[in-house]
Amino acid sequence: MTHKNINLKLKVWKQKNSKSAGNFETFVVKDISTEMSFLEMFDVLNERLIGEGKEPIAFDHDCREGICGTCSMYINGRPHGPWHATTTCQLHMRAFNDGDTIVVEPWRANAFQVIKDLMVDRSAFDRIIQAGGFISVNTGNAVDANSMPVEKDKADASFAAAACIGCGACVAACKNSSAMLFVSAKVTHLALLPQGSPERRTRALNMVAQMDKEGFGSCTNTGACEAVCPKEISIENIARLNKEYLMAGLTLEK
Amino acid sequence: MNWSQLFTSSIGKKIVMSVTGLFLISFLVVHMGVNACIYKDFFDPSDNGDMFNRAADYMGKTVVIRLMEIVLFAGFFIHIIQGLVLEFQNRSKRKLGYQVQMGNKGSKWYSRSMGLLGTILLLFLLLHWWHFWIPSRFTERGLENPVLLSNGRVSHDMFHLMKATFSEWWIVIVYIAGCISLAWHLMHGFQSAFRTLGLHNDRFFKLVNAFGIGFSVVVPLIFALMPLSFKMGWIG
Repeated sequence: MTHKNINLKLKVWKQKNSKSAGNFETFVVKDISTEMSFLEMFDVLNERLIGEGKEPIAFDHDCREGICGTCSMYINGRPHGPWHATTTCQLHMRAFNDGDTIVVEPWRANAFQVIKDLMVDRSAFDRIIQAGGFISVNTGNAVDANSMPVEKDKADASFAAAACIGCGACVAACKNSSAMLFVSAKVTHLALLPQGSPERRTRALNMVAQMDKEGFGSCTNTGACEAVCPKEISIENIARLNKEYLMAGLTLEK
Repeated sequence: MNWSQLFTSSIGKKIVMSVTGLFLISFLVVHMGVNACIYKDFFDPSDNGDMFNRAADYMGKTVVIRLMEIVLFAGFFIHIIQGLVLEFQNRSKRKLGYQVQMGNKGSKWYSRSMGLLGTILLLFLLLHWWHFWIPSRFTERGLENPVLLSNGRVSHDMFHLMKATFSEWWIVIVYIAGCISLAWHLMHGFQSAFRTLGLHNDRFFKLVNAFGIGFSVVVPLIFALMPLSFKMGWIG
């Protein structure tokens, strides 16, 4: 791919705080290298805005390696932009053409309040994890990993689910603002391993209860979440969560 | 975890949808089987709807079937009410929408339109009840002339009520449109019901999905051919 510079028009959501109403503002950016990441393009724009004495655009970012789940932009009608299995920070400007107009919106869901501009409050995910996305381990030395045999297929499926970085793209993409792909990844990750089995039933029930409390919608199996997930978490996990939930609900003694 | 919590949580509501949905699918098979008796006329015009009228008479006069009819109405009621509740609740979870919609990037239009397809089916169902169920149970409109069946019983002539009803093009077209809505509704609903009940095994899911696609095409097609066959004079 040959390197070139492109000019773009950005329509970006600007919102002062969670209380105020927001609106789209248009920015023109020039001489953007196609080697830049999407966030670097925003850095260039913000540098310019700061130089002009204007307020920069607020957006979430941290590792910029595609593993932390912090960046969250809904770009041209797709969470994390047009590339498959890519976070916003790993999206590069060669995905766009010279003269393109790019519409950038924050994740939209009642459970994800906009804090400012493109930043949303995803602490609902933290509270879901606190409700059951953990294992309890007695103090003492860690048990030798090899003393606990795990079937290869289960270990692989658990690991694939554990790849979830909790970015919230699944919620942003879902027409119901459902967090089921996230919750199912976290439940699957632990339910398939022996370490997760003592709390397996209460985990599924408690995490779903917290998910409902946070104001996420129901899953209708449309598959939009799976299509936009930067870590390619499978919708199969949602079916597994449904099973975990139903079995726990039917078999718990109280 | 009590029973009401289990069935009113976000997953619980979906479990109710899937169980009632699968029950309604089983009803479709019975309904289709009984109605397909009209096709006897295609192969043997001297039958004049006798086979179908006997089947309809059996369904109307058998106690177990009549009891199941009550369960069926409960199934319809729960599926419709729960479906509407879910649709409105889910829509309310995103007060401010997107400027650029995701559209078909990642999901099928019919998967996202189950509420709309279901509402079309509800309207169709009301018309369908008005045409056949209400006359046969209550008003006898169009059924004034009973027919002597080959098994010696005297019964409603449902076959000729169908023929009279499907003599108008607009009714035929509305019924075919209803069947098309049903096909798309089943295309998503069949596999989604199994997903909701926890079918995560990929091998089995592929099997269920393939069967579901076949079912969603074949069953509505057989239904859609009924009004068309009467109108075109292939039967009756």
